[in-house]
Amino acid sequence: MSTKTESAAADRRVGDDLLVATDLQKHFPIRRGLLQRQVGAVQAVDGLTFSVRRGETLSLVGESGCGKTTTGRLLTRLIEPTGGKITLDGRDITHLSMGSMRPLRRDIQMIFQDPYSSLNPRHTVGTIVGAPFRLQNVKTEHGVKRAVQDLLELVGLNPEHYNRYPHEFSGGQRQRIGIARTLALRPKLIVADEPVSALDVSIQAQVVNLLEDLQNEFDLTYVMIAHDLSVVRHVSDRVAVMYLGKIMEVADRTALYERPMHPYTVALLSAVPIPDTARRENRERIRLQGDVPSPINPPSGCRFHTRCWKAQEVCKTKEPLLVDLAPGHQAACHFPENKDKVTTSPVG
Amino acid sequence: MSQSSEDNLAAAAANRPAASGAPFLRVRELRVHFPTDDGVVKSVDNLSFSVDRGKTLGIVGESGSGKSVTSLSIMGLHKRGTAKITGEILLDGQDLVDLPPDQVRQLRGKRMAMIFQDPLSAMHPFYTVGNQIVEAYRVHNKVTKAVARKHAIDLLDRVGIPNPKSRVDDYPHQFSGGMRQRAMIAMALSCDPELLIADEPTTALDVTVQAQILDLIRDLQAEFNSAVIIITHDLGVVAELADDIMVMYAGRAVEYSTAADIFNSPQHPYTWGLLGSMPRLDRERTERLQPIKGTPPSLINVPEGCPFNPRCSYAGTNGDLSFTVRPEFRDIGGGHHIACHLPAEERQRIWDTEIRPKL
Repeated sequence: MSTKTESAAADRRVGDDLLVATDLQKHFPIRRGLLQRQVGAVQAVDGLTFSVRRGETLSLVGESGCGKTTTGRLLTRLIEPTGGKITLDGRDITHLSMGSMRPLRRDIQMIFQDPYSSLNPRHTVGTIVGAPFRLQNVKTEHGVKRAVQDLLELVGLNPEHYNRYPHEFSGGQRQRIGIARTLALRPKLIVADEPVSALDVSIQAQVVNLLEDLQNEFDLTYVMIAHDLSVVRHVSDRVAVMYLGKIMEVADRTALYERPMHPYTVALLSAVPIPDTARRENRERIRLQGDVPSPINPPSGCRFHTRCWKAQEVCKTKEPLLVDLAPGHQAACHFPENKDKVTTSPVG
Repeated sequence: MSQSSEDNLAAAAANRPAASGAPFLRVRELRVHFPTDDGVVKSVDNLSFSVDRGKTLGIVGESGSGKSVTSLSIMGLHKRGTAKITGEILLDGQDLVDLPPDQVRQLRGKRMAMIFQDPLSAMHPFYTVGNQIVEAYRVHNKVTKAVARKHAIDLLDRVGIPNPKSRVDDYPHQFSGGMRQRAMIAMALSCDPELLIADEPTTALDVTVQAQILDLIRDLQAEFNSAVIIITHDLGVVAELADDIMVMYAGRAVEYSTAADIFNSPQHPYTWGLLGSMPRLDRERTERLQPIKGTPPSLINVPEGCPFNPRCSYAGTNGDLSFTVRPEFRDIGGGHHIACHLPAEERQRIWDTEIRPKL
């Protein structure tokens, strides 16, 4: 079994860019007073440029409030971007209307974090998983019921549970129902917003394995939004670290976890608790002070300078750009870590 | 082979304080049952453990394994009448199970305190953070409001709230998640409790804030020499803090030993399953996670025999013992307790050859 999946993973084509975001922005206006004049804006996402390659898993990580969920909702066009551009398969979808977006929804689907609130409690599993067919007027070969039962089987649920209601299932099973619904229209891109963080550890592993199997079987591309760095390392091909609406560092998995360049990434990684009692005594942990600043009034220059232990004068005034520091490894920092190691060690 | 491992266990146990002395908190054969229309929910069934002052016990398990119910019974927070609590909870020699509610109330806050999981719902939205800390302090100490307020400011400063003099008058919603959790810790510590129970203290928090809170709990424990119980589903968190770890499944303890034992030579298949389910940053990335099959059982119909048998890969290996006889929770040497029917050599063989290489 394991050799089979390994070879399938090798076969998986990681190719051209499926989705490209350029200088993507989302500012939520803050309105006050009688005239509801805009007095400010929450700069939830402020200038993201990245691409998602066909067949890969790109993860967005960061603390709460860094804009990862907003990014996910922008990519699926559940909300309208304030600025920038999103292209899917070469087509500009930045400002498409609801109507013209609808046919494209077949290609982009979303898995939600909370399996309890993302399923309608009054609908049966059959109705929930069959809804995409109905909404998109898709004719299935043997009828919708058969298609839904095939999907349920695919995600490891009993097809006979077609007529049950969500409350009859456990959290992990509900997340599987959500995944079945997502897969109904055979999307190209799935945006998964914290797909396993609401689940128990043992169930988490089941769902992570399921997502991997489905990716291999259907050549899916995932954008995974997560905060658990151990899970992210397990599932991702590339990882983007976000802080206050900006990308701080993007790299492939191995490079990011072995040679993190941005101090923020270094701090995040050092904060992850390691399940090994022997390491408890001699761990060097970088303690970040305080909380993430408000995105209404983000710090000048580098947004991380208020919590960064390497910050100098230039960080307060000049914003570092996200630049290539190694092949496929970008970071936005004036004083990146691990820079010397890159020049000496080969990067593949 | 097995002889040497038993020696290791004994050596590990020698580092622990003598369990025969009176531990600060001792729970014996605790049962918490809730009668419902569908049947009796056996949330906690025959649980025994102890914690000394200055030591930390980690309780690990999935949702519904009875971790939180255990902590609520120690604090006396179950509604009398709906919960049937039997057994013994000895806090410094005093049994809490049959103590009248107003006497438990006098202990709560002063001798034992709790940090709840969700600080937004555990704090009253209508009162300022300072007010809530002052209230807890003045219940147990006859001091003026001014003195209590000074104490509250000191505590907020101690837990790392910036600018405590002005933040003391803020309402909970004006605090961020991490600050609220700190304020909760400040409230719990206001009377220097001897026993501190932290129920999922960092689950709702980001990893950077989690690290701050764990450091804080560790520092405060060293300062006040409290006994700490930390309840979590995250094995990483207990590895950071706990001296001893108890793994719970379906309301029962399945494994209980020192933290080093649990991580280096776990003996119960469920503990193996938990370790295999978890991707780890300190190891090479594995191709596949090794999840535990199935889902946790309903606590109304706990499976016959070993409650873990429907999900256990080794359940059929010694006849139908696992399906018929409930395994006894017993000492397998050096204070390492497990509830499993597998013979010792077999367990050791499975751990050495099948489980450890995959982790």
